[in-house]
Amino acid sequence: MTGDVGRRAYLDHAATTPLRPEALEAMLPLLTDGFANPSGAHTESRRARVALDDARDRIADLLGAAPGDVVLTSGGTEADGLAVHGGWEVVAERHPDGPPPAVVCSAIEHHAVLRACRALSARTGAELREVPALPDGRIDLDALAEACRGDVGLVTVMAVNNELGTVQPLADIARLVAERSPDAVLHTDAVQAVPWLDAAAVAAEAALVSVSAHKFGGPKGVGALVVRHGARVRPRIDGGGQERGRRSGTPNVAGAVGAAAALAATVAGRDDDVARVRALRDRLGDGLVARVSGAVESGDRDRRVAGILHVRVPGVESEAAVVLLDEAGVAASAGAACSSGAVEPSHVLTAMGLGAAEASSGLRFSLGVTTTDEDVDHALAQVPGVLDALRN
Amino acid sequence: MPWRRFPASSTPCETRPVRVLVAMSGGVDSSVAAALAVDAYGTSGVVGATLKLWGGESDSGCCSVADVDDARRVADQLGIVHHVFNFSAEFEARVVDPYVTGHVEGRTPNPCIECNRHLKFDRLSDRAAQLGFDAVATGHHARVDRDPDGTWRLLRGADPKKDQSYVLAMLGQDQLSRTLFPVGGMTKDAVRSTAARMGLRTAAKPDSQDVCFIRSDAGRAGFLGDRVPLHAGRLVDHASGDDLGQVEAVELVTVGQRRGMGHGTDGRRRFVTAVDVPARRVTVGPPEASMASSADLTTVAWVDAPVTGADGFDALAQCSAHGPAVPCTVRPDEDGLTVSFASPQRRVAAGQTIALYDPGRPESVIGSGVVR
Repeated sequence: MTGDVGRRAYLDHAATTPLRPEALEAMLPLLTDGFANPSGAHTESRRARVALDDARDRIADLLGAAPGDVVLTSGGTEADGLAVHGGWEVVAERHPDGPPPAVVCSAIEHHAVLRACRALSARTGAELREVPALPDGRIDLDALAEACRGDVGLVTVMAVNNELGTVQPLADIARLVAERSPDAVLHTDAVQAVPWLDAAAVAAEAALVSVSAHKFGGPKGVGALVVRHGARVRPRIDGGGQERGRRSGTPNVAGAVGAAAALAATVAGRDDDVARVRALRDRLGDGLVARVSGAVESGDRDRRVAGILHVRVPGVESEAAVVLLDEAGVAASAGAACSSGAVEPSHVLTAMGLGAAEASSGLRFSLGVTTTDEDVDHALAQVPGVLDALRN
Repeated sequence: MPWRRFPASSTPCETRPVRVLVAMSGGVDSSVAAALAVDAYGTSGVVGATLKLWGGESDSGCCSVADVDDARRVADQLGIVHHVFNFSAEFEARVVDPYVTGHVEGRTPNPCIECNRHLKFDRLSDRAAQLGFDAVATGHHARVDRDPDGTWRLLRGADPKKDQSYVLAMLGQDQLSRTLFPVGGMTKDAVRSTAARMGLRTAAKPDSQDVCFIRSDAGRAGFLGDRVPLHAGRLVDHASGDDLGQVEAVELVTVGQRRGMGHGTDGRRRFVTAVDVPARRVTVGPPEASMASSADLTTVAWVDAPVTGADGFDALAQCSAHGPAVPCTVRPDEDGLTVSFASPQRRVAAGQTIALYDPGRPESVIGSGVVR
């Protein structure tokens, strides 16, 4: 390998982002002097309560919601689970005598949604309809229309797919659900949308919206479910009744404050960041497709968020590629990693109609606001050689 | 370090450092293998890899998240990089499916051997070569040696109770040239004391038992019963043809089995002499009826070049992982090999492996085959 020895390019921002300096700065006082439990009756608690309420107001405002609509959680996964289980239960309670309302999800959901839907179905007997995607990574709207019948209680479709970055047609989906499944509550996992799209506009399309702070420069362990448009959720964690009874547990004040600061910085810088990162992403994509024979960029660039580049290289196993890319100083991803760290064949690519070999040949390079020209230069210097070596 | 071969085999002009990929199951043997590899090649020359083989439930073996954690933490302690490779699709296709099919067809495959054949010394060694490694090291109790003429030899492990050369007897020259067994020259006690001395968290971990993808509470019956229908069958006397009763599932009965077969009218224990799954019939007889003077092998593998010639050659045959190696004569035939035992042996079930050793050098494997 040639190039700058020891240099690394972190191109896995869709997995997680570095903490924004604004978030760190905002959190530090809450991790030191402002440590108190916001639920107490004393001065220390009141200070923490103010910080928490300010953070909630700010998050709500930036998402175009009211403070009371925001349920703070331990992250995107918990928000998704609360929406799927807790949102469905409220609908099911309205139909105590009929069969359990059906659930509709896209087959390319993040596991936090997909496995929650499957667990809900197994637990309650509710029929689950998994709707496939088209080869461009967008949900098949005809198949969605077929699945959305009058018996549906919950529909969940992600705003942006985490592997390909494909933006889903949420407005069309919302219209379709309202027409065909009037009893259904619509949830969207907007975790990958917030860094790149107008978050308030995305959030306006669904009654239940999940976000996760560490995807936009906030701390890990903080997320939120926005609950609006008459929707409600049954709690999944019982206890002291925090978050208006929807999510018990001592609030993560520092986390909420960090999330609010990161979200504010994200929204403030979004237009410039999106344009800059999109140009970097396109340069990386163009360079890889030009230099790696057979490499195919997945999905239509116009329909994908700025930060994600997904390429498939026939004959290359992505599990081997990420090891060699790592040695070459490029941090990339081969798809969804399971808890043991093994790479699973992508259920997203499979749901788009690709075979097992092709579904194991996908590589995701995801850029963020901290990505530089030099990162892209480094990747373009290293990646083609690695992929060519693996194919020979 | 008698196991250490590189860079002896590297070309003289090559200055690139040797790189070894250690297959780490999360057990004590492969933990110590990794530690010894680090002693020999340094932390920059060694990378650990744990294979995710089985996606289903298991309570032992080499693929649970807890075992991956142990492997990763040992790698962390040794200061080496650790990866997890997901070979579960190949494991299902190459090991689990044939295991199930074998039982349906009245054969008893050895899944550990098929895993070594197709996963550890094929898929993993290919991956290792692809990633630029010179060799794969594992924690098996066996040794690799090289004759003065350059021929690689597969030898029994130094600890006779733990010797695993039987389950490695399919390895050939190319694979042996790229394989290291760092603990093969050690006793198990020495492996454990080394691990304890180094403070490795796996030092006192129990040895893995049985088949890694079968849970002990469900057993083979539960595992196979979840996948294929099991059929009750008749128990028949080998000589008289008399009906002796019923067996719950013919698919679970193995030739040579004694357990559950009861006693004959003469009071002696009965052994299974034949299993006919389609006919739902298990044939049993007294000990002498379960003996065989020969066995026919397919899927033959040789450590070195195939031994040919119509007259055959003398060898020692080992018919199970820790069974005795008995004298035999081996003759090639159209479909593989015929092994003729010097004295009759307990009949070996179809699907089981017979490993052949060199009578002039009883530690040394000649090759192996699967009973037809």
